[in-house]
Amino acid sequence: MATTLAKAADGTQSATHAARVEHVSKSFAGPAGRQLVLDDISLDVAPGEFVTLLGASGCGKSTLLNLVAGLDRPTAGAITTDGRPALMFQEHALFPWLTAGKNIELALKLRGTPKNERRERAEQLLELVRLKGAHGKRVHELSGGMRQRVALARALAQESRLLLMDEPFAALDAITRDVLHDELTRIWRETGLSVLFVTHNVREAVRLAQRVVLLSSRPGRIARQWTVDIPHPRRIEDTAVAELSVEITEQLRGEIRRHGQH
Amino acid sequence: MASTDTTSKDAGDLAGLEAGLDALETVQTTRTPLRQTLTQKILPPVVAVALVLTVWQSLITFRIVDDPTKLPAPADVWHVLEKAWLQGELLGYIWTSVSRGLLGFCLALVIATPLGLLLARVKLIRAAIGPILSGLQSLPSVAWVPPAVIWLGLNNQMMYAVILLGAVPSIANGLLSGVDQVPPLFQRAGRTLGATGLKATWHITLPAALPGYVAGLKQGWAFSWRSLMAAEIIASFPDLGVGLGQLLENGRNASDMAMVFEAILLILTVGIAVDLLIFSPLERRVLRTRGLLVKS
Repeated sequence: MATTLAKAADGTQSATHAARVEHVSKSFAGPAGRQLVLDDISLDVAPGEFVTLLGASGCGKSTLLNLVAGLDRPTAGAITTDGRPALMFQEHALFPWLTAGKNIELALKLRGTPKNERRERAEQLLELVRLKGAHGKRVHELSGGMRQRVALARALAQESRLLLMDEPFAALDAITRDVLHDELTRIWRETGLSVLFVTHNVREAVRLAQRVVLLSSRPGRIARQWTVDIPHPRRIEDTAVAELSVEITEQLRGEIRRHGQH
Repeated sequence: MASTDTTSKDAGDLAGLEAGLDALETVQTTRTPLRQTLTQKILPPVVAVALVLTVWQSLITFRIVDDPTKLPAPADVWHVLEKAWLQGELLGYIWTSVSRGLLGFCLALVIATPLGLLLARVKLIRAAIGPILSGLQSLPSVAWVPPAVIWLGLNNQMMYAVILLGAVPSIANGLLSGVDQVPPLFQRAGRTLGATGLKATWHITLPAALPGYVAGLKQGWAFSWRSLMAAEIIASFPDLGVGLGQLLENGRNASDMAMVFEAILLILTVGIAVDLLIFSPLERRVLRTRGLLVKS
C-alpha cells in the first residue's frame, strides 16, 4: 500500500518542485472598485515538502489555494503544478448519495483506474486512514473525524503529487483534531506527498509543517517564513512547538495591528 | 527521528485512540420497532377513516339527511362496489384509468427530464420559458380539456395531451429546483476530482439533484391523475371505454348517487395507492440513504 504511493511520489523526484507560484497577484471586483487580494506572491513547494500557509482572515490564503488548485485564475503571474493537485476542504464535501467506499471509487474512476481494481484500491486507502470495514457506510453514519479521513482517502485516490488542504480540521473538536494531526503526519511521511496546508491556527501550522509561511492581510503578501526542524513525532504541547508558536503569533499580531492604525 | 520502537508504540496508541473516538462519535441507527410503526403511523389514519364513516352513517341513521339522491348510505355504496366486482367490471374501470394515467406520466417523464436539464443548464432558455413553466403549474389542467378536444378530438391522444400539460411543468420544475439546490461545494469537489462537463452532470449534478427530482415526480403523478380525471369526466364518450372519470359522469347522468360516491372513492383510493406504493417508498429511499430523513 504505502509502497505503491511512495513509488508514485518517487516519480516526481525529476521535478524540482511540486508547485511553483511566481509573482502571483489576484484582484476581485468589489463595492469600492477592484480590490487587491494577493500581491506578488512567490512560493515554491518542493517534492515531499509540507508547507503551511498561515494568516489572519482576509489574507487571501484560501484564494491562493484555489488558484493553485486551478479552480480560479490569477490576475497576474503564473502557477505551475506537477499534475493536477488534490484538494481537501474544511467541509468534508463527500457525496451523500454514495457510500464512503464509493466516494473513493468515484475519484478512482474519474482518474481512469480500471474497474476491476477500484474496489481493492478503495479498501487499501480506507485502511491507510484506519477506516477498514467502512466501505459500505453512508456519509451521515460517520462522525466528523471519520468523514474527514474518508475525504483524505478520496483525495489520496487521485494519486496527485500535491495535496492542498483548506483548513480541513477547523470544524473538528480539539481531541479529534489532535488525532488527525498525527494521522496526517504519518500518512505524509509514508507516502512522500507534498502538502500545502492553509490554516489560521498557529500551533497547528507549527505542529505539522516543515515550513510555515505567514501571509499579511489586505493585500496578502508573504510577511515571513520559518523553517520548522522540530523532530517528529511532535505534540501540540511540546515546548519547542510552543516557543515557535509564540514567536509566530507575535509577528501575526503585529500584522493584524497594522490594520487598526489607519 | 524517534526509534522504531517508540514509533510503533505511538502508532498503536494512535490507532486505539482513534478507534475509541470513532466508537464514541458514531451514531447508531436502528429501525423503528413494528409496534411503534403500528401505533404511530398506521393507527391514526385508520381511526380517522372510521370516524368519517361513523359520521356518514349517523347522518343516515338519524335521518339528518333523508334523501338517497343527495347522500347514499355507506351500505348502498358498498353494494354498488360489490356488484361491480361480481360483474367483473370493477378492475376494468380501474385499469382503464390507471393504464392511461401511468402511460401519460411516463411520457411526461420522458419529455420533462431533458427539458428540466436544459432549463437548468442554458440561461437563455430558462429566462425565456422558466416563468411560463412555473405559471403553468398554477393553471388548473381542466382548462386544457376543451382546446384538447377541439384539436385532437374525443380520443385517447386528447387524454394524454391533457396529462402532459399538467405533469410536464411539475416534473421539469422539480428537476430544476433540485439542480438549483446542489451545493456549490459538490461542484467544486467534483471539479478537483476531474469531473467536468458531461461527467460532472452525470456523476455530480444529477445524483445531487435527485431529492428535488423525486419530489417533482411525486407532484407530477398527482397532477397526471387529476388532469386525467378532469379529461375523463368532461370528455366522456362511450367508445373510449369506461374509466373512473366516466363512471362518475355515468352516475351523474343516471342520478345514481351511490355510483357517484363509488367513483369518487375509487379515484381517491387509486391516487393514494399509487403514491403510497411507488412514489413514497422511492422518496423515502432517496432521503434515507442521504441521511435526510429525520426521525421524529
